[in-house]
Amino acid sequence: MTHNAIGLTKADYRGAPSTLCAGCGHDSIASQIIAAAFELSLPPHTVIRMSGIGCSSKSAAYFLGRSHGFNSLHGRMPAVTTGAHLANHTLRPLAVSGDGDTASIGLGQFIHLLRRNVPVVYIVENNGVYGLTKGQFSATADEGQELKHAGVNHFPPIDVCAEAILAGCGFVARSFAGDAKQVRELIKAAFHFHGAAVIDIISPCVTFNNHDRSTKSYTYGKTHESPLHDISFVPHYEEIAVDYEPGEVRDVQLHDGPVIRLRKLNRDYDPTDRSAALLLLEQARSTNEFVTGLIYLNEHRPTLAETLGIGNTPIAALSENRLRPSREAFAAVMAELLGER
Amino acid sequence: MQFPQPIVNEFAITAATVNGSGSQTANMVLMRAIFQMGVPVSGKNLFPSNIQGEPTWYTLRVSQAGYIARPAVTPILVAFNPRTANDDLAQLPTDGICLYPADGLWQPQRSDIIPLAIPVRHILDQVGVNQRLRPYATNMVYVGVLAALLGIEETALLTALQQQFRGRPSAIELNLAVIRAAQAWAAAEPSPAHGKYRVHRMHATRGMMLIDGNTAAAIGALTGGVGVVAWYPITPSSSLIEALESYLPRLRPATDGATCAIVQAEDEIAALGIVIGAGWAGARAMTATSGPGISLMTEFAGLGFFAEIPAVIWDVQRVGPSTGLPTRTAQGDLLSVYYLGHGDTRHVILLPGTMEECFSDAQMAFDLAEQLQTPVFVLSDLDLGMNIWMSHPFPYPEQPLQRGKVLSAEDLTRLKTYARFADVDGDGIGYRTLPGNPHPLAATLSRGTGHNERNVYSEHPDDWQRNMARLWRKHETARRLVPRPVIEINPQARIGLIGFGSTAPAISEARDLLAAAGVQTSSMRIRALPFGAEVTEFIARHQYCVVVEQNHDGQLRQLLQLHCPAHATRLGSVAWCDGLPLTAPFVRDQVLNCLEQMRESSLLVGTGT
Repeated sequence: MTHNAIGLTKADYRGAPSTLCAGCGHDSIASQIIAAAFELSLPPHTVIRMSGIGCSSKSAAYFLGRSHGFNSLHGRMPAVTTGAHLANHTLRPLAVSGDGDTASIGLGQFIHLLRRNVPVVYIVENNGVYGLTKGQFSATADEGQELKHAGVNHFPPIDVCAEAILAGCGFVARSFAGDAKQVRELIKAAFHFHGAAVIDIISPCVTFNNHDRSTKSYTYGKTHESPLHDISFVPHYEEIAVDYEPGEVRDVQLHDGPVIRLRKLNRDYDPTDRSAALLLLEQARSTNEFVTGLIYLNEHRPTLAETLGIGNTPIAALSENRLRPSREAFAAVMAELLGER
Repeated sequence: MQFPQPIVNEFAITAATVNGSGSQTANMVLMRAIFQMGVPVSGKNLFPSNIQGEPTWYTLRVSQAGYIARPAVTPILVAFNPRTANDDLAQLPTDGICLYPADGLWQPQRSDIIPLAIPVRHILDQVGVNQRLRPYATNMVYVGVLAALLGIEETALLTALQQQFRGRPSAIELNLAVIRAAQAWAAAEPSPAHGKYRVHRMHATRGMMLIDGNTAAAIGALTGGVGVVAWYPITPSSSLIEALESYLPRLRPATDGATCAIVQAEDEIAALGIVIGAGWAGARAMTATSGPGISLMTEFAGLGFFAEIPAVIWDVQRVGPSTGLPTRTAQGDLLSVYYLGHGDTRHVILLPGTMEECFSDAQMAFDLAEQLQTPVFVLSDLDLGMNIWMSHPFPYPEQPLQRGKVLSAEDLTRLKTYARFADVDGDGIGYRTLPGNPHPLAATLSRGTGHNERNVYSEHPDDWQRNMARLWRKHETARRLVPRPVIEINPQARIGLIGFGSTAPAISEARDLLAAAGVQTSSMRIRALPFGAEVTEFIARHQYCVVVEQNHDGQLRQLLQLHCPAHATRLGSVAWCDGLPLTAPFVRDQVLNCLEQMRESSLLVGTGT
């Protein structure tokens, strides 16, 4: 398949060549973003690339070169994304951020973006370390972890997924940059989710945090990843023909038709149970388990544009006669101020 | 004591009350009633940073000459707050009138004034006001007493009540009953306070309205096509957004979906971030804040300047540094806002000085922001924003919205090539493509990092330098687009007074006082930054200019000295900020002092005329 349903090739979804370190997890994620967008046949101009500052945020230049984008301020991408959504809610923001950008400087904006339910596909490229400033700890680094220059981290990590669930986010997933298929399927599902979708992807930093004692290294991820389920995104439900044993598969249909198919692995897990999701994260934390997959799914909250009653036409596209008061409405307000009525 | 010659339509009243007791409502009824009688009025609300219980003062000036600056002296005192009464009384001039509650513990201890003890409780009993409403009705008692003393007409009072309590007939009825009872008591009370000051009907306010600058700005923004508003509550700017919210359904009804999205952000950083995001995506977006919020917005202001994103930021100034005096007025953000952001950042600033300008600047700010593709700041202040001013009704806009240089997909098909920051017109302004534009050439990645003409990341020295040079060219374009200063030339004057914003009434009245003292002056009210050519011309044609402003460091003078260094030593400074609006006698005295100092340093030869 060289052309997708809208006649574009995969190359049409590529960006500028990456300037990240060779082997960087972020580049694997960029490849899966490109693959997912191609496979979903997303019209590039309907997606906006949003990022803050950091290695991950730089990567916004390395995919979807035909989509508009904004490489904004450190930790403040959520606000810019919120504004863009209000101005034009027909555009789908694809946000890439890092653990410093999201969990350190930008934690407040991250949470407020989610509680307002701006329908963003929010990818956290999480490596527990600052790359561009050369090897300091971020807020997702493990407690007790040691780094060459930064020394020992004495503080517990912020769990991006737990924060997202508590903030009211309805699509919360964790993945591993080395698990290309899972990353891709999650991104596709997230694009069809009605609301904010967070995917926290452990994305090893080959330069500063890929050593043996790191839980964010390739080796650790490959040997410890424990998927909740085998996830696949099924764009058209009618395509599903394979029969499964009862209880083996759980299909969750999204509001616009597609299905997220979760094939059971070695545990029973219901991602629509908020308490169970939080419990899972707590247990994974206490047992040092690297759980991946769709952790929480709840598609019932309205988006911010819906909450504010924005109509079909984006505010940015409203005509002058709707952006200005009518002569009559204006005159009525003036008359009232003049005490004439 | 009898005063056969009453002072008519030229006096002031200070009402000293307790915050949260509804005194502002009483003061507004009084002000509206006098305004209804055709007599020019102005009011200054001096309130604490507190919800209930702290002292508050309202100064109401009545001036047939049309002076609306804060009065230096108020000969009528309503001493309804025992906590501040002694201090308030000390401010009262000889022969001044002091109204106070007869049933309180406080009594004025001065023999050179006219005391009038009002039996407040008795009057409220007469009307039968219930306990719950008593604290509020108490203030309406002094309105009734003043109406009797000053001769305020019944019809004017009734209209004022109707305007103040729009659509609440029971409130109108109760307050009218209290006013009438107090009026009747005062009429029957023999007192030398009678007939000393009078309001006589005039026609000077016909066709005018009373409004505050924040409401004027809100109506202006809605008229100017605002589409996204993000804000964080902060005094004295909150009422701007609240007015916008309340007028939105009437001015821009959501018949087919909302025409304006309003979001209360988690802080001012996010507020401006949302505005920048919305401006980038093609909406007219704004925020309103005050000094502390401006500080937080700094990084985004720089991003907006450098990534060239339209945005409108209202700074309703209060007294800083730091939290400062949150409920007092100042003009202290001029320098910091002009250069807000690190590196070589500079901004376009509009400086409204009247209600009409608050309205028109609110619209023009959007036009300029989109034409110049940059954040535009509007510096108002607490005095303009929250006090009530007389205004002519606002005109419905006759010009279409100026949306600036935006390329459609069809344009790109025709052009076949696109570079976001190419200066094709030589004015420093490139062409935008909006997100959602489907043309394959349209997309760029906006950024605050160094970039070339095509908006692609670049660390190349030439790219950086060329870009900064173009941004300067754009600033020069802004110089030509912003509003011209308001200049009044007195051909005999060798002295020019320069100011901006809410100090205009004090400066204008001070010019009359200076003329009476033999000093002729011209005046220039700066309306925007960057300065246009007229600014230098005005300074050049006067032997000496005094810059009057409400901050400590003389910020406007500093900017003017930088703008025209050749004239720097001929620019004097009257910079004063104590949180209160300037008074005309103060400005006169300070200008005379300043001229005296200049004369001593022999920069000014001869007299000031």
